[in-house]
Amino acid sequence: MRKASSAVWKKLKPEVNASENILVKNSFDVDGGNFDTAGTVSTRIKSILKEQGLPSDVVRRSAIVSYEAEINVVSYAKRGVINLTVTPAAVEIAVNDEGPGIPDIEKAMQQGYSTASQQIREMGFGAGMGLYNIKSYSDRFDISSEVDKGTFLKMIILIQKP
Amino acid sequence: METGMIARELNLKVMSGADKNNNATGGYTGDLLSDVMANAREGDIWITRQVHQNIVAVATLKDLAAIVLVNSCEPARDTLEKAMKENVVIMVSSQPAFELSGRIFNLLNSSK
Repeated sequence: MRKASSAVWKKLKPEVNASENILVKNSFDVDGGNFDTAGTVSTRIKSILKEQGLPSDVVRRSAIVSYEAEINVVSYAKRGVINLTVTPAAVEIAVNDEGPGIPDIEKAMQQGYSTASQQIREMGFGAGMGLYNIKSYSDRFDISSEVDKGTFLKMIILIQKP
Repeated sequence: METGMIARELNLKVMSGADKNNNATGGYTGDLLSDVMANAREGDIWITRQVHQNIVAVATLKDLAAIVLVNSCEPARDTLEKAMKENVVIMVSSQPAFELSGRIFNLLNSSK
């Protein structure tokens, strides 16, 4: 039986407004299981944001958030896509993966909870901090998941604080 | 304090980025990558015993001054290749993490 669940954490209200000036729109593929290239997409995203001249705090938080999301795709999913959108107001990072999904999002959000294999843990991943870090470092974080299908994450980091 | 100076003071073997000489402003010790991602600061020296290539991405993403591997752990070959390509400083110490962290802490404090 498939179970779909979702949760939204709203620390701040604003959404990325579609009618707004889009400065960057990029899409990156992530290979599930390939730890050799893990972090490549986040490194690329960081340099794009730096080139845009965004404040260092925004670049720093975006890098943490995209890295954790990328590592999750590599650790658990078959494949995933990371979409980066930058407007003058915000950085949006959306991640869609094909994978096992998350049966209990509330539990997965808890710091220290992890289903990572021993092999993943030996590399220093799978400490149960990924989703927690994503939530702490983004201004808005949406997550939805369907078991045996995949997980969708959307993180917004505001450039101009309201 | 420059990473080259720290290497000389503490007898660290410089494996990559010898010409970089980044300015180290602090340090962070840990083997959990998410912990380092969340808590290390830009300009920190990262003390760890993880030797696989993902440490290079963490150092790049966090703008860390250098990675120091403890207990004479050598970086994996692909780690070193990646570090050279991305200009990340990797150094090796014969000391365990506790002792090395203390020495780096004292060194950075005495240079302030």
